[in-house]
Amino acid sequence: MDVQLKRGLLDVCVLAAIKNEDSYGYKIIKDLSPYLEMSESTLYTILKRLENSAMLTVRTAEHGGRLRKYYHITSIGLKRIKEFKEEWKEIMSIYKFVTKEDEKND
Amino acid sequence: MTKGEFLCELRKRLTGLPSDDIEERVNFYSEMIDDMMEEGLSESEAIEKIGGAQKVADSIIADTPLRKIIKERMKPKREITPWIIVLIVLGFPIWFSIFAAAVSVAISVIAVIISVVASLWAVTVSLGACAIGSVAVLVAFSIGGNVLQGIFVFGGGLVCGGLSILMSFACVGITKWMFKLIKIVILKIKTMFIKEKAK
Repeated sequence: MDVQLKRGLLDVCVLAAIKNEDSYGYKIIKDLSPYLEMSESTLYTILKRLENSAMLTVRTAEHGGRLRKYYHITSIGLKRIKEFKEEWKEIMSIYKFVTKEDEKND
Repeated sequence: MTKGEFLCELRKRLTGLPSDDIEERVNFYSEMIDDMMEEGLSESEAIEKIGGAQKVADSIIADTPLRKIIKERMKPKREITPWIIVLIVLGFPIWFSIFAAAVSVAISVIAVIISVVASLWAVTVSLGACAIGSVAVLVAFSIGGNVLQGIFVFGGGLVCGGLSILMSFACVGITKWMFKLIKIVILKIKTMFIKEKAK
């Protein structure tokens, strides 16, 4: 898959994983695992990128006697998910058009 | 391997990155391993799932811009006294030439890789041009009455064209491979900076 496209997709996947409630590193990987395999270092890079573009904020909280980082989506992050849905409506209609051509040729 | 050993090994392999970055990465993996163990994985299973320290360190280094690594390396570790400044200035011809040599070696390795691939492409394109040119020769010879010679040249042109098409497939593959190779060379340069510092 195109690197740029994949990067954008993974960003939105991580945003979606923290959309409903704050989440932490391992839970994000686990929640995404039925859909895609994401390595820990990939997740780190994405979280850092999203934090730098203010799409999420990080807070550290105590859990079972140790510290854990929780990621919280911001309004910019929510807006990004909304934009993504709009963009994909367009892409899906293009996809429909492309596959329709295939059917004719087959 | 225990979690402590893994994190220690990771920290060692990352020496040379800014210390804040190292701390953040190590904490991230530490939290990850703790969470996996809480889910019922054993310590060694969790570490295996993450991949060895070498693999993790390599991907972190590949992610870190070269600029950041060099900047960290150039950061003076102790106070600069006037004597050190004098030494740096007097030593300029020596350290600058070593530095320039290292940079030029790196650039020339990459340039050699690129030029080999570029010349392959040039051969492919010129073979294609021969094929096209042979059509013009065929037409010119036919008009001049030497149809047989024209067909002979055109045949040669077709061979060139065929070779060109075959080579273009090979070139596409080699170009992709070249980008991979350049990526590896850059990773090697980055690890060179880091390894030297870890000593």
